[in-house]
Amino acid sequence: MLRNKVAGHVLALVTTVLLGGLLSATLVRLAPGFDVDEQELDPHLSAASVQALRDARSQDRNIFRFYLSYMNRLVHGDLGTSLSLSQPVRTLLRERAPTTLRLLIFGLAMAWAAALALALSAARLRLAGYDAAGTLLSGTLLCLPAAVLALLSVLWNVPGSLAIGLVVFPRVYRYARNLLAKSYAQPYIVMARAKGLGEARILFWHVLPGIAPQLLALGGVSISMAIGAAIPVEALCGLAGIGQLAWQAALARDLPLLVNITILVTLVTLLANSGADVIGQMIRGQES
Amino acid sequence: MNLWQKAACAFLLVVVCAAAAANWLAPTGYAKQDREAISAEPSRAHWLGTDELGRDRFARVLYGTRISLFLAPAAALLSTLMAALIGGLSGYLGGIWAKGAMAVTDLFMSLPWLFLLITARALMPLNVSPLFSVVVTFLLLGLLGWSAAARVLCTAAGSLRSSDFVRQARASGVRGARLFWIHVLPNLKPVLFAQFWISIPVFILTEANLGVLGLGVSEPMPSWGSLLRELEGLVSIGEEPWKFASLVLLVLVVMSFQLLLARQEEIAF
Repeated sequence: MLRNKVAGHVLALVTTVLLGGLLSATLVRLAPGFDVDEQELDPHLSAASVQALRDARSQDRNIFRFYLSYMNRLVHGDLGTSLSLSQPVRTLLRERAPTTLRLLIFGLAMAWAAALALALSAARLRLAGYDAAGTLLSGTLLCLPAAVLALLSVLWNVPGSLAIGLVVFPRVYRYARNLLAKSYAQPYIVMARAKGLGEARILFWHVLPGIAPQLLALGGVSISMAIGAAIPVEALCGLAGIGQLAWQAALARDLPLLVNITILVTLVTLLANSGADVIGQMIRGQES
Repeated sequence: MNLWQKAACAFLLVVVCAAAAANWLAPTGYAKQDREAISAEPSRAHWLGTDELGRDRFARVLYGTRISLFLAPAAALLSTLMAALIGGLSGYLGGIWAKGAMAVTDLFMSLPWLFLLITARALMPLNVSPLFSVVVTFLLLGLLGWSAAARVLCTAAGSLRSSDFVRQARASGVRGARLFWIHVLPNLKPVLFAQFWISIPVFILTEANLGVLGLGVSEPMPSWGSLLRELEGLVSIGEEPWKFASLVLLVLVVMSFQLLLARQEEIAF
């Protein structure tokens, strides 16, 4: 069962890379300026040299050979060159990845800490007013576009990671609150409490292990949410990360760069979701 | 329907009526510039002041509401129809069709929504006419936003396929397209309605994100997204609070949809 799950996820990853690679190669081929080398305009070059340059590119005119060589380069880590920034895509991604990573880690940490704390207290206290306040707060945040949260974070001079956290928080809070409420209402929890077990022991020994697979799955989804929110947050907060790079690439219609970023981000999302799913499956396996 | 849901319904009705009557409520139009009143404060002539080009903000909010509020349901309808076609049909056919559709849906859902949208938007020219930008923005939302709904519909159609009444119909000789159109599709209606309602606030918020990033509806045509770009230059909230009119309206409308959504979900599931 677990082996099948892992095989399924690996297949999805390989399919994504292949489809993404083909799409990226197609866009590179269709992009304006393909098959043109500005070196040909150099007046110092003789006709023979210009011909040699054209011959060197002739293999790319064959569509199958072009795709093969593109995929070969991709496998070796060569993601091509950005049209608008005239830099290798790999270099651009390597330069900007730390900013995005930091933003996502802090944003997710804030969102999860706040959401779990509030959800846990709402599930434990069972006060109508407290629950209503949490629902109202999360409901209001759900109605705000990520771009507006980013603008407000600039206005109030707070870090962009808080905007990411506020995008993720309401989704995590609502799901976690429902999960915890259901879990606390289970007969074996009521029985454990009746037997006099402490609240901490009930939480860590009985409640959390039961909902761990669902929380892990939510963890995978929340990474995807945070990555999506990184575009407006980085673009509007002036953070030089991958989200801002994607936005700049979209405005400049730099398709090779944009498609490579999208594939990379999709792979990260798939890895996160697959990892969460496999770990959840392992926990379920141990329990049964 | 509880009191909050009734209030949400009434509020949405008022907003829809106001947006539909934008021509009468704001006869100056959204693009007319008043050179004498640039970045003006609210007055009797301009209820919400004017923007930096001297355009009446109240008119722009009304016309922007018309575009966002009328086209988001249109995009939701398109995405729901696609979901019904892809998810509903594959779920009904079952076997390899359902597995294939689920695999494609899973792959589609792994693509972060905003990345996918800006990539698709970048494939088209950015310097297009305002009307074309409106069509392109909402068409993309409709064409790319079907995956989550398709997944739900695939599962719902799959469970209907093995239900007693479908077996009975099949035993009576009803098969193929007729069985799908007459017996399966009508029973998917509540799920279809719920998915349609779920998509509307999602598309409104996505258009707002695209608009703020300059990848949505282009000037001079207003939409909630393009109107929110005004907030970019603000120094403090108290300085020009009327600039938040479009944001407040957007939040209230999306909140109303969320409230009504709870009822749709109750009906569907």
